[in-house]
Amino acid sequence: MIYSKMGTSSSPSILGRLANSEWLVAYLFILPSLIGFVLFYAYPSVRSVFISFTEWNLLSDAEYVGWANYQEIFSDERFWRALQTTVVYVLWNIPLQTILALFMAVVLERFSTVLSTLLRSIMILPWLMPSVIVSLLWLWILDPSLGIANEFLKLFGVPKQYFMGEPQQAIAWIAAINIWRNAGYNAILIFAGLKTIPRSLYEVAEIDGANSWTQFQRITLPLLRPVLTFVLVTTVVGSFQIYDTIAVTTNGGPAGATRVIIFYIIDEVFNRRISMGTATAASVVLFCILVSVTLIQMRFLQANQSDLADYS
Amino acid sequence: MTTLPATPTNKFSPMLSNLLGNGLVWLGLILIVVLIMFPFWWVIRTALTQPDLVYTNTSDFFPVQTTLLNFERVLGIIDGTDLVGMGIVNPNISTAKLNLWLFMRNSFMFSGLIMLGQTLFSTMAAYAFARLNFPFRDQIFFVYLTGLMVPAIVLFIPNFVFIRQIGLNGTFLGMVAPFFLMTPFTVFFMRQFFLSLNKDLIEAATLDGATRLGIFWRVALPLVQGPILTIAILIFIQSWNEYLWPFLVGRDESIRVLTVALAIFRDQTPQGAPDWAGLMAGTAVAMIPTILIFIFFGRKVVDSIQFSGFK
Repeated sequence: MIYSKMGTSSSPSILGRLANSEWLVAYLFILPSLIGFVLFYAYPSVRSVFISFTEWNLLSDAEYVGWANYQEIFSDERFWRALQTTVVYVLWNIPLQTILALFMAVVLERFSTVLSTLLRSIMILPWLMPSVIVSLLWLWILDPSLGIANEFLKLFGVPKQYFMGEPQQAIAWIAAINIWRNAGYNAILIFAGLKTIPRSLYEVAEIDGANSWTQFQRITLPLLRPVLTFVLVTTVVGSFQIYDTIAVTTNGGPAGATRVIIFYIIDEVFNRRISMGTATAASVVLFCILVSVTLIQMRFLQANQSDLADYS
Repeated sequence: MTTLPATPTNKFSPMLSNLLGNGLVWLGLILIVVLIMFPFWWVIRTALTQPDLVYTNTSDFFPVQTTLLNFERVLGIIDGTDLVGMGIVNPNISTAKLNLWLFMRNSFMFSGLIMLGQTLFSTMAAYAFARLNFPFRDQIFFVYLTGLMVPAIVLFIPNFVFIRQIGLNGTFLGMVAPFFLMTPFTVFFMRQFFLSLNKDLIEAATLDGATRLGIFWRVALPLVQGPILTIAILIFIQSWNEYLWPFLVGRDESIRVLTVALAIFRDQTPQGAPDWAGLMAGTAVAMIPTILIFIFFGRKVVDSIQFSGFK
């Protein structure tokens, strides 16, 4: 490149030339991030896999055991139950949250800029809060004996509900709390996508006589595909890893009804025993599940195509 | 598309479906705002209610016997036994000594340090990836991106073991370490902005004889001030909200952060029912920094979210 040559010729001092050497400066600039990445992303990722092939309780040395850990967790009923609870949670969480976010985004779009900005700020508030705070807040509201939720339901003659104290419902209420926290955030993402759809498409449809619902089905949804895919992939991946909310509210209860997969892994490392091998094995399995689910989602949603290209 | 009888193009025509549509939208708006704002009010209302009355007057919309006692207790100014002295008795009111000031300070230090470090080092890296040429540049960046896909738990367990092995378990440094230098997202985020800088400005500076370092410091950085502020805020928020890692590594009271402290407090129940008054006061206090950020930077955060939706 011409520029680097010109640069070096006008800075003859060694220090000057060093400060100008593209490679040196570049590598220096990325060095801290590289250290951080290697130490806390690359090394642990690889190490997780290695540890999963050993038996290790941190007190003595790790012992190579091959696939034994994987065999152990795959025959562990608690592992499967944890996976099942997690999947149920995801099924409660994602469809409802996505529909709600979609609805909120559409509502946002109907309003003037000033009101829309204010609304978006309000909608982001729950997401800004730590999940621990959100959980405590809802723990109080949904308390069976003292919470305002039951008082409110009493007005409609609804009998006392146990919400998270009810084993059958507990995981659904965890999903509800999570929806409250995240819907606004995802709505804003979808809203950004809505704004990319040219008004002219709606106008043409209006002239053709299509009502709001048809317009939504035939124009909005297809053109939102990339954004919706992004939202769905990130929310699903995040949902599988739910932990904070449950830890603070039900702590896996009642009667193990909310023991999700992260709970299982934490148990293997802290609570039940110290078995690094099975814990990492389970986390590797989780990783594989997430990759598969993401790939399936992206294939199913055909994320690479954007219908917008057909219209512009 | 089926042909329906032509409707006027004016959105607010008195067609029933449009009226219904608008009514639904307004209803939805009100519902959303109420559902979001009410829980926050409820926290404040409970925190301002006299401790023992929290357990009896459960449906008053406004605080009952408005008092700052809960806040005083949670910040360590008074403690549970003082309440008994005042005649406020309830078996659920914890007599443990609370000291939220300390935990807030720890959270501030934790979030602040991570914010500073990560912003600096990730921005430097992002600049290099965006505007400098060097061997393996794109490959290294791609590898960074793969880091985005790994679930946190896969990283946390070995990180915990690693921190422990180098003797930093239970130390502030150990708590901060994994986040201090970079996250793939931050590098990605800043790189996008460096990529969009006008090449001419940078070429002009080069022609003027500026060193590469000088270009970064005097030309590029000032141009991305906005995004830097935004990512710094996002990093601060994320660190403030962090729970699992500080829980694993930072149990010790001297470095314990707010989220962990509140979770532990929730578990300290003398008789089974949580100390709601104290818990809500603690929650209210913990909400303050987030609300401050929201008031001053809410707009920025919202705009950045809309940006990140488009990779």
